[in-house]
Amino acid sequence: MDRRNFLTTVGMAVGATFIGGNAKASENVEMMGILIDTTKCLGCRSCEYSCAEVNKLPEPSDDSDELYKSLRKTSENSWTVVNRFEVNGNEIFVKEQCMHCAQPACAAACLTKAMYKTKEGPVVWDGSKCMGCRFCMISCPFDVPKFEYFSANPKISKCVMCWERLEKGELPACAENCPTEAVVFGKRSDLIHEANRRIYSESDSYVKHIYGEHEVGGTGVLYLSSVPFEKLKFRNDLGNDAYPELTKEFLYAVPVILTLFPAFLLALSNSTKREKSLTESEGGNGH
Amino acid sequence: MGTKRKSFSFFASEFKKFFKFFLSELKPKGKILTPFNIITGIIMLTGAILLVIRFAFGLGTITNLSQDYPWGLWIGFDVITGVAFAGGAYVLTFIVYIMRVEKYHPIIRVTVLNGFLAYVFYAGALLLDLGRPWNVINPIIGNSFGVSSVLFLVAWHFLLYMLAEFIEFSPAAAEWLGWKKIRKVLTTLTLGTVIFGITLSTLHQSGLGALYLMAKSKIHPLWYTEFIPILFFVSSIFAGLSMVIFEGSISHKVFKHRISHEIHKSHNDIVIGLSKICAGAMFVYIFLKALVFIHGKQWIYLNSGWGAWFLIEIIVFVLVPCFLFIKGYQSKKINLIKISAVLTLVGIILNRLNVSVIAFKWYEAVRYYPTWMEIVVTLAVISAEIWVFRWIVNRMPILSDMPDWAKRQDQLGEIEIVTQKTESSKWKVSIT
Repeated sequence: MDRRNFLTTVGMAVGATFIGGNAKASENVEMMGILIDTTKCLGCRSCEYSCAEVNKLPEPSDDSDELYKSLRKTSENSWTVVNRFEVNGNEIFVKEQCMHCAQPACAAACLTKAMYKTKEGPVVWDGSKCMGCRFCMISCPFDVPKFEYFSANPKISKCVMCWERLEKGELPACAENCPTEAVVFGKRSDLIHEANRRIYSESDSYVKHIYGEHEVGGTGVLYLSSVPFEKLKFRNDLGNDAYPELTKEFLYAVPVILTLFPAFLLALSNSTKREKSLTESEGGNGH
Repeated sequence: MGTKRKSFSFFASEFKKFFKFFLSELKPKGKILTPFNIITGIIMLTGAILLVIRFAFGLGTITNLSQDYPWGLWIGFDVITGVAFAGGAYVLTFIVYIMRVEKYHPIIRVTVLNGFLAYVFYAGALLLDLGRPWNVINPIIGNSFGVSSVLFLVAWHFLLYMLAEFIEFSPAAAEWLGWKKIRKVLTTLTLGTVIFGITLSTLHQSGLGALYLMAKSKIHPLWYTEFIPILFFVSSIFAGLSMVIFEGSISHKVFKHRISHEIHKSHNDIVIGLSKICAGAMFVYIFLKALVFIHGKQWIYLNSGWGAWFLIEIIVFVLVPCFLFIKGYQSKKINLIKISAVLTLVGIILNRLNVSVIAFKWYEAVRYYPTWMEIVVTLAVISAEIWVFRWIVNRMPILSDMPDWAKRQDQLGEIEIVTQKTESSKWKVSIT
């Protein structure tokens, strides 16, 4: 299967998932994801422009040379950014956006379920529920959710994998507009398959590591690179455990304490009381 | 019909009486233009103006919060530190109502009141920090229970604990209003709410620490450990009690005219007792810290500025006050105990701020520090709490003796139990 064929298959799979079988086969939806091949990215920033257009964000600056001088982070106005790294004299471009974790820390952190993971894969935000506590920002290992600090009606804003477009059977804007297929949308399992195929068939061009396959329990967005990911400022200290696991033990302890403590305290209080009333009733008898 | 109308007019007149009484009590007692009132008044006024700006134009207009530092002084100090300081209430209710150590009974009311107000104002300060506060009710009533969230637990516990504290405190309010029957009912609720309150406190004091469990990659390894919840819980014990010692020594001077003979007489004895508990809890805390330090092989981080900062927190503000507490109760030096209480409080502020702000994203080039406006709002919250505290202490029997009818009610309650018991035993005897 060459790359064109792969894309067509993926496209059809998407169509089938979102148009045809949405109502019937919704139980067994496979998680969708995005494969970003940094060896193919030319740094044209088409993804940035199309993302801004589709999501009604301010148009990004077109002075790429100036922008590439510093490392940028995503913001409330730009949900995806491309950064340039120089490794061994080569320019490498890395697109950043939400990683759409399989078990997102932000969604586990959200006390109103405003941030949640759809079964199709995108992690999305519901403004009617969010109370703006920003605990998702504290918890996200990739610092993705952003907050509008200068608004009386602030939103949490981040890449939502063009969730509304997916529902209409369209591709995410960045994947659709990438001229070099550096950004590919599809079923996550297919993407991992394709990523491995690339690594093994062109082993000179890639390090043997798909970033996001195992990191933080697996992410929807996967990366390929020609150099170790640390050199592209990817965090390699996040571990392979899903982030919600970090609070699971504490949350398991809650019902235990909630039921055992009152019983224990009541018993303790009764044990201190009984002695007292005994002496008192003896005194009462003496009257 | 007639009785109904009668009872209605009875309630109406009672309500009128209550309202009149309430209005007369609203008036300030004592001099108005004191330096304290003027300064805190200006702070609160400025704070109010700042909050109007904040709600009209967004959090960024008055705070230094950023995408990298979503939580700053308002969460790190007001909520996280403030709630630790309010821990005295659950520790003392445990000692007095569960262990029934009567020695601490004289200060239970003032401690519960302090705890209640601390929750209302400091946990309430959470509202100021919310971007979309109109949705704050969602996790409480909505169909959107984020049960996997530690913050969901903390939010619910704040609310329920405030309710529990209010009920624990309510007999004092009933005494102030002269509601004898209601007081009788309210006092029967005390033990239940105390048990409930201690359970809730255990969970949310540790829960505040658990909030940071998912910030694993962001907090400096000297402060991040999976034991943060337990450390937060244990430290809330001596944080709360140190606050009781600290506040008690201030109240003793400020509310001299209100303090009952009983509190005055037992003050030193209570302070010495509390310092023993503090020293014990701090010993446990130091032990836990040492375990975490050894298991986490944290010594590799010591040889840095962060290491020095960590050692200052542990040695100067935990080890030293622990030692001073011990010295203080051995030699019965109240002033020494007060000094160590202050040191302990500073240590708790440092610890909570280290986890939530200072060692949070320690690797970032641009660091967060609060604006003067964030500090003013924080001071305004504290001032408002002190004003309400003063208003209540000057009116209700918090530090002063409760009215005689309430004392009689308590005694009668006990006698009733005793007579019931003796009667039932008589009955048994007659059967045999």
